[in-house]
Amino acid sequence: MKSRLAPLVAWLQAGPMMLVFTLFFLLPLAFVVVVSFWDYNEYEMIPTFTTRGYADTFEGCLANLPGLCTILKTYLETLKLCFLVWLLTLLIGFTVAYFLAFHVHSKTWQIVLSLLCTIPFWTSNVIRMIAWIPLLGRNGLVNRGLLGLGAIDAPLEWLLFSEFAVVLALVHLFTFFMVVPIFNSMIRIDRRLVEAAYDAGATGWQTLWNVIIPLAKPGIVIGSIFVITIVMGDFITIGVMGGQQIASAGKIIEVRLNALQFPAAAANAVILLGVTFLIITALARLVDIRKEL
Amino acid sequence: MASSRPRIFYFLAGFFALYVAFLYGPMLAIFVLSFQGPDGGLTFPMNGLSLHWFVKLFAGGGIVDIGAAMWRSLQLGLLVMSLTVVLSIAAGMAFRKHFAGASLLFYTAIASLIVPSIITSLGIALEFRLLDDFVHWLGFDDWTTGMGLYTSGLGAHLSWTLPFGLLIMFAIFNRFDSRLEEAARDLGATPWQSFRYVVLPIILPSVVGIGLFGFTLSWDELARSSQAIGAVNTLPLELQGLTTTVTKPDIYALGTITSAVSFIAIFAGLFAIQALQRRQSRRGSDAGSGLV
Repeated sequence: MKSRLAPLVAWLQAGPMMLVFTLFFLLPLAFVVVVSFWDYNEYEMIPTFTTRGYADTFEGCLANLPGLCTILKTYLETLKLCFLVWLLTLLIGFTVAYFLAFHVHSKTWQIVLSLLCTIPFWTSNVIRMIAWIPLLGRNGLVNRGLLGLGAIDAPLEWLLFSEFAVVLALVHLFTFFMVVPIFNSMIRIDRRLVEAAYDAGATGWQTLWNVIIPLAKPGIVIGSIFVITIVMGDFITIGVMGGQQIASAGKIIEVRLNALQFPAAAANAVILLGVTFLIITALARLVDIRKEL
Repeated sequence: MASSRPRIFYFLAGFFALYVAFLYGPMLAIFVLSFQGPDGGLTFPMNGLSLHWFVKLFAGGGIVDIGAAMWRSLQLGLLVMSLTVVLSIAAGMAFRKHFAGASLLFYTAIASLIVPSIITSLGIALEFRLLDDFVHWLGFDDWTTGMGLYTSGLGAHLSWTLPFGLLIMFAIFNRFDSRLEEAARDLGATPWQSFRYVVLPIILPSVVGIGLFGFTLSWDELARSSQAIGAVNTLPLELQGLTTTVTKPDIYALGTITSAVSFIAIFAGLFAIQALQRRQSRRGSDAGSGLV
């Protein structure tokens, strides 16, 4: 009798969460896709089938053909930004995780130092962005320091509200998403494998390259998925740190929304979703996420 | 022992220290600068020392009603926290049995976590706009909107916090010794008793962790709220609005207060986790220890 009841109980237990995801994630996604094929005017959306949202988005792409149209340029820029942030967060995140997993031997210290990395994640992203103003602004610490040293004659203008600032802030905010999964993979590596490599005469680099990195691959892939999807859809960091001047895939959606062009915003969202999905499936082929928790 | 550390240890420790400085340094700068005198600006050096900007913030004085926004964010955060904890535990328990749809729920949660927030936010906004249109079409003309802090806003936050809650539950139960439950069952416990007296006490420290994620992620949530919150703003949205207009340290003062709430929540959570773990090891049975 018990075994007949078990699936019912499980459904009752999982039901509320599934309901929330249905109402506030799956249905909204469906509406985004549907509305992306609707028409619109200055103040409302009109439920007739049209591809105007997409046509507007790709406007001029064929006419300009040797050159790139706005949307393609924006996506290329976003991908470039994405790659840069991915590379930096991977290098920094891997090094930090490696230190925590292999060089901190006391469990207590491991917890304390991991918490030290986690606490900023629990605080506000906007504040962590604003926090760069006193350092990078025109009269900020960095410019004053460099002027004082005589390294520059005039304050550097590209430190804040620039692409540099955007990359810096994204790395600052999201390296955490690399550290956690990579650490999680590394902590499960059997230490005897490392010792065996050492005994067999491998150098430190050889052990790193041939033993640790392959075994930490799932963590690297999961961290990469997090960082790439966040940067692809970001519009807040790019807005605040770029002084609202830099275009990105996420920012296009925001601009359309501010103009109340919902179908056009939805069309852009579908395109962004497609691109992100392609990147994730490419990465997910490398690893089975469910085994890694 | 320290002398036996390889040289690479010192290099990595130095790298880690720099990373931590990179994480905390800028934040410390704005905390310090928020305590400036009335003539203070946005950068160093400090111009006097006072609580002027905090007083100004709460006096109202032109910019947004911070007190109200803070209260809204706090209430929403606590509600999101409670729901995240309850729904995550329930779903986590479900995943220990096999049920049809388990994979669907799991992959939906993962998708909700990684689909760019602006898309989810846009979708929720569209959903509520269409709902409003539908209600009007039905003939309820005094209906204004279904969108609001505790409808679309709450849902938007949950779509972000629940995946974290579920993943933490997975991590807990992957390390959970289910023989403890079997033992409880053999001793005649009902399923509820074995949950209440065996499972829950063991997972409680991690459950506090889920609560901590639930509250802090909601308290600081911005991207998903941006289109889906309705007429009134949460604190992070007010703060983001200020980034483009304010040139005085009010924004730092607001940042300091917001972070203070986060830090209170974090330390309360961590303290509770530690206290619970200590209680566990104190009350844990020593049965069998004399036999070895």
